[in-house]
Amino acid sequence: MAQIVLDRLGARFTGGEILESGSEHGDEWARIRRDAWIPVAMFLRDDPSTKMEMFIDLTCVDRFGKEPRFDVVLHVYSVSLKHRVRLYCGAPEEDPWVDTLVSVWAGTNWFEREAYDLYGVRFKGHPDLRRILMYPEFVGHPLRKDYPKEKRQPLVRRQAGAPD
Amino acid sequence: MGFEFHTSSLKAAVNWARKFSLFQYPFVTACCGMEFMSVAAPKYDIARFGAEFPRFSPRQADLLIIVGTITERQGPALRRIYEQMCEPKWVVAFGVCASTGGFYQNYSTMPGADQVVPVDVYIPGCPPRPEQVLDGLILLQERIQRGEGHSQIAIEAEKGYDVPLAAIRPLGSTHRKEEP
Repeated sequence: MAQIVLDRLGARFTGGEILESGSEHGDEWARIRRDAWIPVAMFLRDDPSTKMEMFIDLTCVDRFGKEPRFDVVLHVYSVSLKHRVRLYCGAPEEDPWVDTLVSVWAGTNWFEREAYDLYGVRFKGHPDLRRILMYPEFVGHPLRKDYPKEKRQPLVRRQAGAPD
Repeated sequence: MGFEFHTSSLKAAVNWARKFSLFQYPFVTACCGMEFMSVAAPKYDIARFGAEFPRFSPRQADLLIIVGTITERQGPALRRIYEQMCEPKWVVAFGVCASTGGFYQNYSTMPGADQVVPVDVYIPGCPPRPEQVLDGLILLQERIQRGEGHSQIAIEAEKGYDVPLAAIRPLGSTHRKEEP
């Protein structure tokens, strides 16, 4: 469906920036080297044959036990050319960071905050990288596979013996 | 003897008035809100039971209806709203999420609103049907008439009166296991 996007990427980035790419069930995907994350995004947005104007989604996957442990997943869509592509960018466990895409698509701002909040992946250069869903007192990142499934961190509880 | 008879019947009259003029504060957070609207709308019509006025300030309300899932993050806000209400006050947990956390068993959801505020009546269901809600409301009214609302009991206990045995309840539900 959007093979042209992968073709254009392969033609433009020849220095090994595209680590892997493929096409499954009519969806194209590519795995991007971490240092090429912003240039690839810029290219996809501005190239007249890809024209990815619309940011759809950014999230993260914890592939616990594999390396790199975290995959930041980006979905973008071209409204004018009606094609979409999915991009991955790996972040290792010891120092999980990825460059922020806020300068490319402003809409990624809160999505990156969410990925940071729930997975602990830092987005370098993000203008306001704070938790967005959990409260500031929360310790850890709850959607990581090594976070205990039911571990709660209550802010307030009734005290036995205290007047209600 | 006559004096005692007088106070107890006055109490009964006051409680009768209270149970038919509940001013509710709906703390609506989730899909149960749809069922709540249905209860409030003319078909099921909670107004028939004297509880038709939602007040959007806790200071003007005496019935806190917790409708929907409560997250840990909402805990302090819920507690503060409860504390702002005038006494005597009553609390209803509407639906399983407000009662026990429902099917959410995770890091973000509070296992029942009674972790933070005392609850007088739990209405199960996901969401409960309007008839169930009215049933719960009638249950609460019976409780108010008997003077067994948690806040009524607290007021009585403060005055040094004997409180009904039903008042001595454990904190929260007992079937829940301790969190790790």
